[in-house]
Amino acid sequence: MTTHVATEEKNYLQEGHTLASWLLTKDHKRIAILYLISVSFFFFVGSIAAMMVRLELTSPRGTLMSNETYNKAFSAHGVVMVFFFLVVAIPAIFGNFLIPMQIGARDLAFPRLNLLSWYFYMAGGIMFLIAMMSGGVDAGWTFYTPMSSIYSNGQITLALVGAFVVGFSSIFTGVNFIATIHKMRAPGMTWWRLPLFVWGHYATSLIVILGTPVVAITLLLVVFERVAKIGIFSPELGGDPVLFQHMFWFYSHPAVYIMVLPGMAVISEIMACFSRNKVFGYHFVALSSLGIAALSFIVWGHHMFVSSQSMYQGIFFSFTSFLVAVPSAIKVFNWSLTMYKGSVWLASPMIYALGFLGLFTVGGMTGLYLASVGTDVHVTGTYFVVAHFHYVMVGGTLLAFLGALHFWWPKFFGRMYPEGVAKWNAMLVFIGFNLTFLPQFVVGWLGMPRRYHYYYFAPEFQVYHVMSTLGASALAISLIVPAFYLTYSLFKGPKSPPNPWAARGLEWEAAASPPIKHNFHGVPVVVGDVYGYDAEAEELALRGMTKEEA
Amino acid sequence: MISLKKMNQPQDTVYEQFEDLAQQQETYVLGMWSFLVTEVMFFGVMFMSYIVYRWKYQPYFYALHKELDWRIGGINTAILLASSFSVALAVHYHQRKKKMNVLVCLGFTNLCAISFIVIKLLFEYIPKWNHGHYPGPGFTWDNPYVPSHIAQLWFSLYFGTTGLHGLHVLIGVILFSVLMYLIAVDHPSISDYLPTEMLGLYWHFVDIVWIFLYPLYYLMPK
Repeated sequence: MTTHVATEEKNYLQEGHTLASWLLTKDHKRIAILYLISVSFFFFVGSIAAMMVRLELTSPRGTLMSNETYNKAFSAHGVVMVFFFLVVAIPAIFGNFLIPMQIGARDLAFPRLNLLSWYFYMAGGIMFLIAMMSGGVDAGWTFYTPMSSIYSNGQITLALVGAFVVGFSSIFTGVNFIATIHKMRAPGMTWWRLPLFVWGHYATSLIVILGTPVVAITLLLVVFERVAKIGIFSPELGGDPVLFQHMFWFYSHPAVYIMVLPGMAVISEIMACFSRNKVFGYHFVALSSLGIAALSFIVWGHHMFVSSQSMYQGIFFSFTSFLVAVPSAIKVFNWSLTMYKGSVWLASPMIYALGFLGLFTVGGMTGLYLASVGTDVHVTGTYFVVAHFHYVMVGGTLLAFLGALHFWWPKFFGRMYPEGVAKWNAMLVFIGFNLTFLPQFVVGWLGMPRRYHYYYFAPEFQVYHVMSTLGASALAISLIVPAFYLTYSLFKGPKSPPNPWAARGLEWEAAASPPIKHNFHGVPVVVGDVYGYDAEAEELALRGMTKEEA
Repeated sequence: MISLKKMNQPQDTVYEQFEDLAQQQETYVLGMWSFLVTEVMFFGVMFMSYIVYRWKYQPYFYALHKELDWRIGGINTAILLASSFSVALAVHYHQRKKKMNVLVCLGFTNLCAISFIVIKLLFEYIPKWNHGHYPGPGFTWDNPYVPSHIAQLWFSLYFGTTGLHGLHVLIGVILFSVLMYLIAVDHPSISDYLPTEMLGLYWHFVDIVWIFLYPLYYLMPK
């Protein structure tokens, strides 16, 4: 890989300063920044709803809000976080920015489609915000029928249309990534030289284009049920509400992997760079992403063990859910082994990655409890499930998101943030997270049901809920702090060198920070393997020696 | 002003993110196929719902399918098949840059698409509407052998699926019209045959969906 960086040339941030130059841009990097701003906004909205939920649960009698308000608060939290943060965040921000750079392309294959996807995202988001403010949505993020189709009085129709529209934004991004990764790779960038970040996003995009249309049309059918009173899912009209659950989870289980595979993709990059080592078992990590994508489509029934599906279906889905643990475990073991005999550098992105490793493992292991039919029947609909999926979604995706933000921040903006604060903050995220969700495992196991706004029947649960709320407050602080120091660094942070982490990969080695409009001067030619780190030489260099001298 | 003889573009447009025309064409076709995958999954939901309920209510579904006239569906099938053939010809002629032939073939395809919609509306949707056989609160049903709610479910599926398909035909009509206009005025973005090929792929997909819909709704065995 060649290194040549011209400093005089304008970078992508300097190519036009008008609002139109941002809102009509076709540059994948600028679209990524647009997404960064809007996704951060929706994350803030979802967090407010989460804090409302946590505050309500500090007292067993649920005195702060009414049942309905509480239903609307947790529904808003779920919908915003799933559809407008988790599914979108890493692919649309980091995938958008980095996939063309990592494969040596000038842009994504369809730049206009890319911009359109952001507009669809915003349109869907605004529809949901309007729905939330003009009456709210109280059917949970799962929109189960007949609650959503008949009984709910909230603004379900508008919220569902919003989710439908935002689904298209995902589909556009997925189609774009697939075409780009297949056809736009630079000379020498073979499939087995692709960074694992790209492999992870490739697998994600496959799930997106196969799954998202299913949930989109299913939600649209619910809209028709509400508006035109047709009855595909209404029992009075001969329909079957469980069919909705099947079609909803046919997407929404794979969607869990849409949320976590990009996170895993990020972790592979951070682990390699901050262990100064090749990712152990590169081929297995790459193929395990595809394995997860394939298996993700045959496990949805584990959400429905108590939804009147037959025992044999239950056994089948239980078995396949155990199977999907295998590729996930391959990744966790291989990341751990990447650090082995590496030269581990505990910079802030690495602290987030290590946090991911621990929390995702807890989330994954408790997933195995829930995949066992007997255990699941016992804890279905309790806080045990809530804790489990937050360990995967927050402990996994959110930590990976923060890790990615810190790792690629100098690439995005050419500025460094205060590393000392960032490190302490990364540890606070880990502590706050565990304080929030560990007690929920316990209280869930003891029988606290999810989606209840009081628990006067079991006041002894209060201690767990108070611990959880305290943790959530710590977590909230640890999420506000980066907003401040990152914004500060944009203006006052020291200028970053092109490659502050001495990382490998085209985006670091062949491009400036921030990159120029077309990413590279000319077309980069790739020779040699991906992740060409040499931990031994770097360790020796720290002691002032070369390999020959040693 | 509009020349109908030959396509006289000096050279093909390559967008800045691509290296050359070949890469651009391959990328577009792959993107189109990926999009068609999402379309298959869209219709998959409708087919799945149909399968579940036909399994549950087969005798009623058999009785209900007599509400549809297989001859009208058959005519529409023939029309769509013919249009698929002519769109394939259009791609062939566009590769040879025979402008007049391309326009004739696309025009014929578009005519077929419009007649499909007209026949569907005139002989199927509007009479059904007038009889009150549309799902919703105003649904009227007087056949004592089939329960009203199952009839309504069947009509929900019928209108939902053929409606979604009809929407795709309508989008096809719009796209064909735009494409014909752009070809007629020698617009620079249409210099190579790829837009025609991609629209052709889309149209074959719309055709294939109907090939499945026709037997499922019109030709049900007892």
